[in-house]
Amino acid sequence: MPVFWLILLVAAISGAGFFIGRARAMTSAAGSIRNLHSLPSYYGWHVAMLAFVPAMLAMIVWLVVQPLVINAAVAPIAAGNATPSAGELDLLMSDVRRVASGLDTAVAEGAMTAEDAGRLRTELTDVRQRLGDVGVAIGSDITPATLQAAQAYRVLSARGSWMLTALVAVLAIAGAAYAIARTTRDFRARNVVEIGIRSLLIGSALVAILTTVGIVMALIFNTVTFFNLYSAAGFYFGTVWSPSFGGGSSLGILPLIWGTLYISVIALAVAVPVGIFSAIYLAEYASPTVRSFAKPMLEVLAGIPTIVYGLFALLTIGPSLVAVFGEGGFLGVNWMQGGTAVITAGLVMGIMLIPYVSSLSDDIINAVPQSMRDGSLGLGATKSETIRMVVIPAALPGIVGAVLLAASRAIGETMIVVMGAGAAARLSLNPFDAMTTITAKIVSQLTGDADFSSPEALVAFALAMTLFVITLLLNILALTIVRKYREQYD
Amino acid sequence: MTDAAATNSGHAPGASLITLDDRTRRRNAAEKRFQAYGIAALAVGLVFLAALLYSIISNGTGAFSQTFVTLDVTLSADVLDPTGNRNPDDIAAVTTFGYAPLIEAALVQKMTDAGVTSEIAADELEQILSSGAAAQLRSFVAANPDQIGETVNFSFLASSRVDGYLKGRVTRESLANDSNLSPAHLDIVDQLQAGGTVAKSFNMAFITGADASESRPEQAGIGVSMIGSFFMMLVVLCLALPIGVAASIYLEEFAPTNRWTDLIEVNISNLAAVPSIVFGILGLAVFIQFAHLPQSAPLVGGLVLTLMTLPTIIISTRASLKSVPPSIRDAALGVGASKMQAVFHHVLPLAMPGILTGTIIGLAHALGETAPLLLIGMVGFVASNPPDGFIDGFVSPNSAMPAQIYEWAKRADPAFYERAWGGIIVLLVFLMAMNIVAIILRRRFERRW
Repeated sequence: MPVFWLILLVAAISGAGFFIGRARAMTSAAGSIRNLHSLPSYYGWHVAMLAFVPAMLAMIVWLVVQPLVINAAVAPIAAGNATPSAGELDLLMSDVRRVASGLDTAVAEGAMTAEDAGRLRTELTDVRQRLGDVGVAIGSDITPATLQAAQAYRVLSARGSWMLTALVAVLAIAGAAYAIARTTRDFRARNVVEIGIRSLLIGSALVAILTTVGIVMALIFNTVTFFNLYSAAGFYFGTVWSPSFGGGSSLGILPLIWGTLYISVIALAVAVPVGIFSAIYLAEYASPTVRSFAKPMLEVLAGIPTIVYGLFALLTIGPSLVAVFGEGGFLGVNWMQGGTAVITAGLVMGIMLIPYVSSLSDDIINAVPQSMRDGSLGLGATKSETIRMVVIPAALPGIVGAVLLAASRAIGETMIVVMGAGAAARLSLNPFDAMTTITAKIVSQLTGDADFSSPEALVAFALAMTLFVITLLLNILALTIVRKYREQYD
Repeated sequence: MTDAAATNSGHAPGASLITLDDRTRRRNAAEKRFQAYGIAALAVGLVFLAALLYSIISNGTGAFSQTFVTLDVTLSADVLDPTGNRNPDDIAAVTTFGYAPLIEAALVQKMTDAGVTSEIAADELEQILSSGAAAQLRSFVAANPDQIGETVNFSFLASSRVDGYLKGRVTRESLANDSNLSPAHLDIVDQLQAGGTVAKSFNMAFITGADASESRPEQAGIGVSMIGSFFMMLVVLCLALPIGVAASIYLEEFAPTNRWTDLIEVNISNLAAVPSIVFGILGLAVFIQFAHLPQSAPLVGGLVLTLMTLPTIIISTRASLKSVPPSIRDAALGVGASKMQAVFHHVLPLAMPGILTGTIIGLAHALGETAPLLLIGMVGFVASNPPDGFIDGFVSPNSAMPAQIYEWAKRADPAFYERAWGGIIVLLVFLMAMNIVAIILRRRFERRW
């Protein structure tokens, strides 16, 4: 029975259980709601829950385990006497599955009976031809072993599917029956249902943990595979990045780290002064009207998707910088060869980061107690002296936190550097050169037609691992600083 | 120091008697300077914003109008239905190559009528039109076989070079080495334009249409990727909202303060700052490599974006749950509600506007996100067919708006850049609408306690 119908069946059983449970509770309370421990619908929900949840859990576990068991049972038949490697076995098994699903289609279309499909022999019939007749194209000739394995696969799948249906149905009915049997007027249905809801809430909260675990596992497994193919020392200390999918690549991360840091430094050189001075002006000088206009406007910059900044870098800022610094340009210097360069990406990324710096700094400057300003002004300091000598030192840790958060954004930013920074990995000091970053290379290594088991594709996971660790450390540092500071004046 | 009495003697009546000494003057100048730095910084920020918006609008509006060529095509029965029995199979057997001469004849006719002469060979005239013109004609005939033998008025897309010429992107000099169009074609276009045959008009196909291959930028539209984005947002909404709200309720209302809860909280605030590309890696490794979900499917994109938006939604939901005063909970508990009832019947409805605001902002963020989609394969192909149905919308390969924009920006023909900017305008209109809804929700329904 297809999974969809199975779910509907269970839902129907638990739906019926809801009404039976509620009715039974009311009967046991002699028709008066006052004699019940909980509201009647809780008794209904209790039955529905016990019918639905165990059956669904069993189904999920079964659906995960069944393919593994069947594969383990069928693989020896398909392999015959040979001992194929893991990759070959994968190919073999996908052949088996394709033949099996071909037989399924043939049976479903009435081209052969179920018994026929089980009795087919490659020695007697051209299986490929017969499957081709019903529109199932099989690439290579089918070996006897593959056909046998496919037939075994079909038998086991059919058996598994029936066992699953039976198990799920029995569990749903048993759960409902058990819950109905427990339903009496004194049964604390509300407490049981609330335990159920609470588990659901806890489960949702754990999704966040699972995401992190998923990220870390995905990164670690693939990174380890990569380091089995390519030396870790060569990766972390190599100064040449030249992947070639034919083999013999040099995959040194240093040029990428250099490009990442260079672009981030330029971005911060734009964003930090502009962001902090805007924050000071907005928090200390601006009239309410200016503030209510300028602050949301700056924050619009944070809401614009990065693809827009990427396009802005590629098509607007890049060409205009070439018009100034490039050959025959405005300044008459020939510094810039192409529009994509470190300075292009850095400048645009700086624009993107302005609101990250200014918003957080603004909040932090506003959190400095007024009494400190009053004290300074009372001693005769001018407003700017107060800001420089009193407010900024008091807010400094928070501002540093804001800058660190912006730095972590800059390091992890992808679209701007993919579109604005160029593709050449080089160690150069010239900001008008094209360079590339960790994130840009993750994209380029994984978007080609690369084989996922080659070191050239797996290196992306090692790059992502490095990126993840760097940004995680920066975030933790920044959040600790900001939190510590916030508590200081609360 | 100057003598105060001596300088005061020439003072106008009513003016201040204080004279500023050098040091005060310096300090005041420093004050002015400092303030000017602030204004300058703010101005720089706003100028950047203005430059960004200006370049989006000035470059992107062109994508919404397109050049069309109006021609009267005679649907000659000899060519389209040689057997003469109007059999749909026979009509369908005529390829687009069979239709090309009809268009050519119509173009020549038009030029003769308008008195346009040119040394260009008749079979090269067609380069003025989009290469999709023949296909357009063919599908019209397939739909209306009874029109064969008639003369029908058609509005064909002009080729992207002609369109670029009318928009100022293509000049005669830039066509000097171009194999797709010659400057002589532009002379014809100039004269036909004067006669009204070639004209620009609003291009609905850009908003509703599908992407087109590299050589036909004039046909490319963002409609199909918009559908892809829509299905992704549906996945995000259906997963991130319930999971996010449930997680926040647990953390805010039920969780005991212990090491586990701390761990979850630190985790969530860190996940919110993980680079989006790392979520793409997660999606690639877990959903595609491990779970074998279909590549390029909006379902996978939606799952990845769900994980990415979840921390944002949890953080804003917790803030709005926190803003509901404890007295509400106490009152509910006092009349005999269980803790669960107090939360679900009283706290949650009061926090709902704040939760929805946070969710919409999270969705807007997810809608514009590109980097993770690159890794799960939502670029690098032509998203040419709208999905066949609701389920198909989730699992068949599609693009998404930001991925489509990236795809266009990568292509070699500058005509696609205009498409990319136009796509950005569409994307920003959606984001703006979502943010406005969020602001209205907050203004109207959020309660201050």
